[in-house]
Amino acid sequence: MIKAPVNKIIPSSVVDGPGNRTAVFFQSCNFNCRYCHNPETINMCISCGACVKTCPAGALSIKDGKVVWDEKKCCGCDTCIKTCKHNSSPKITYMSGIEIWEKIEGNLPFIRGLTVSGGECTLQAPVVRELFTIAKQHGLGTLLDSNGSYDFREDPENLLDVSDGVMLDVKADNEERHMWLTNHSIDIVLQNLEYLASVDKLEEIRTVCIPGGLENEKTIEVVADILKPYLEKKNIRYKLIKYRHFGVREEYRNFVEPDEAYMNSLKKLAEEKGFRNIVII
Amino acid sequence: MSELKKYQQEIEKIMNDRTLTFWQRVDVLAKYAENLLDYPEGTPEEFYILDESREISDLHEGHGPIGPRYILPDYAKFMKEGSKFLRLDPPENLLEAVNSLLIFYRNAHSVTRFPVYLGRIDKLLEEFVIKEDYDKAKELIKWFLISIDRTMSDSFVQANLGPEESVTGNIILELMPELQNITPNVSLRYDPEITPDEFAKKALYSALKCANPAFALDKFYKETVGEDYGIASCYNGLLVGGGAYTLVRLRLGTISEHCKDSADFFENRLPLCVNTQLKFMDARIRNVVENRVFFSTDWMVTEGFVHADRFVGLFGLVGLCECVNNLMKKDGKEGRMGHDKEADQLGVRILETIQKAVNEHYCPYSYNHRFVMHSQVGADDDEGNSAGTRIAYGDEPELYEHLRNCGLYHHFFPSGVGDLFPFDETAFRNLDALLDIFKGGFNVGVKYMSTYLGNGDLIRVTGYLMKRSEVEKLKKGEAVVNQSAALVIGKSPERHLNERKVRSFDD
Repeated sequence: MIKAPVNKIIPSSVVDGPGNRTAVFFQSCNFNCRYCHNPETINMCISCGACVKTCPAGALSIKDGKVVWDEKKCCGCDTCIKTCKHNSSPKITYMSGIEIWEKIEGNLPFIRGLTVSGGECTLQAPVVRELFTIAKQHGLGTLLDSNGSYDFREDPENLLDVSDGVMLDVKADNEERHMWLTNHSIDIVLQNLEYLASVDKLEEIRTVCIPGGLENEKTIEVVADILKPYLEKKNIRYKLIKYRHFGVREEYRNFVEPDEAYMNSLKKLAEEKGFRNIVII
Repeated sequence: MSELKKYQQEIEKIMNDRTLTFWQRVDVLAKYAENLLDYPEGTPEEFYILDESREISDLHEGHGPIGPRYILPDYAKFMKEGSKFLRLDPPENLLEAVNSLLIFYRNAHSVTRFPVYLGRIDKLLEEFVIKEDYDKAKELIKWFLISIDRTMSDSFVQANLGPEESVTGNIILELMPELQNITPNVSLRYDPEITPDEFAKKALYSALKCANPAFALDKFYKETVGEDYGIASCYNGLLVGGGAYTLVRLRLGTISEHCKDSADFFENRLPLCVNTQLKFMDARIRNVVENRVFFSTDWMVTEGFVHADRFVGLFGLVGLCECVNNLMKKDGKEGRMGHDKEADQLGVRILETIQKAVNEHYCPYSYNHRFVMHSQVGADDDEGNSAGTRIAYGDEPELYEHLRNCGLYHHFFPSGVGDLFPFDETAFRNLDALLDIFKGGFNVGVKYMSTYLGNGDLIRVTGYLMKRSEVEKLKKGEAVVNQSAALVIGKSPERHLNERKVRSFDD
């Protein structure tokens, strides 16, 4: 049975797609965004053991050379995450799609869907597919929150068959800035943007906005140009996310938090470019 | 001192009570006079003992009330036929309609001087609203609502909306957040198959802004009370054109304190209390039907707006949670209601036992010759007893678990039950999500639920609305319009406020 590292499961999330949803966050990401708001989800634990020494609840230990987390003893203080120098977390559970389903099945009457996020959820494609296949049998909605690095055109893992759509991050407007921000090429992201729109699987576009640093205006223009043929047919949602210092690694915390006026100016620009459903959070 | 002198002194004391308003003094005087009578014939001896030990509570209804406790006049009939007593013809336009209703309300009554049921106000007004200029209609409804709030200043005045969307319903849902009124208490008769999601979300938005409306599962009340039901007072499902004669309550938490263990409770104490309450209710109902003139003379009866054969007796209870927790402890077990399966099932067994006895009891005057169970919201002298079947404040489990727990118990109570699920500001971000949670709640057996903003001014206190600012004023000794503010303060200040766990989507 293939298992995937699960960072956490939130029974009730209202910011990860329409309505009340259960959100599953997987560990590990192939991007390394400077502004990452949850950098502890980026890498897999290398079992260096630093957190074992600082854990005040005695919930961490080393067994056979690996860090082991005892959920029952854990007091949730996040000292381990503050201690970790590797952008990781020891609080990971390896779970198969069926095991995740069993954990969240009880939420069923209260939610309209599942959203998988991360980290990068498409890195765990087999488990996601297994989970979504069961979810679909129970009539639940299924959304992927992705950084766009997975090739949705080829879709080697047949994810789109069991997904209602993708909430796609478009983090910058060109290769240079995307590389600087994420350490990953933008080409595949923009190709996915068009492809997902063309097969009606683009649920939402997300851009984290930082005044000055990221040329967000240009990102909105690039996205709008690519989506132009599709926007008239479908009211695609554009979520403009305010950069916040909260959770960001100290060395990258020098970005400026946008004010309301700036966010509204971006919203206005997106409207001018043909978006009718724009959400600022 | 002669007996008469004693009574005279007491009466003077009430007349000059500075803590009461004029009308409250009149009410207390009337109750004082009534309570000089004996309890009605047929009151079982055990009642006096169990009243003294606080195991049964007659909710200060008095020794022999003048009329029935809850009355739900048939306003649809009034709108169609007018009233000879009120010298009113059927209304022909919106101005006449709202004024006719206000006149009826002013002349109606219940256990208080105010009506506990104002009718399905959207349905009653819709035909006139759609014929009126929209802005004019909105203005008339606005002043209709303001008039109700300032003149029927009692939180147990209840109006109903839905389940269908309507122009009037939309106007009311738009006005309520703006007006920030305490009365009326409003219930949306909610049917996910009839009520459009957008309308339901508008209702939730309004609820977050002003604690109104609450959601009542339309199908449940139609099936258990009858097609022609109304939600009155706090959340009481009763027949329109009828009502409830009386409401008497078991204090289950207190009863459990008098038991050795759960076996003692089920074999001895509970049967004693249930039987005593049933007999006491019989005596009280017989008294109001046979010895009072309400059902032979009152204008609402003689004109056919209410009928004696559509009234029921409400078999109430409070303190299930404390009862379960006490009995678990006495049986040497650890679990608490809401956190332990065995404890939850003990709660079910208690309610099944009571339900069986209530259903087997024959009362000649009650509708269908049966009493109906009521999960009562609590009173100020209920120490050691949480409202009805609610989990104790401060001991709430995770949200979904809490809703499932409600689902175990709500179906026992067609005549009234409910719980509160306050949220913080994060709920405004995604009303779809809040609606999903409400729908989920109804799916797992919740029958009546309400929400409000945990830190807002208008909040729900057990089953009715209250303004924090009014309670603060009253505490400082200032007079306030709403007489129910005093109930909040009761014997222990802060008893009800700030207590139900506020839920957040910010996790």
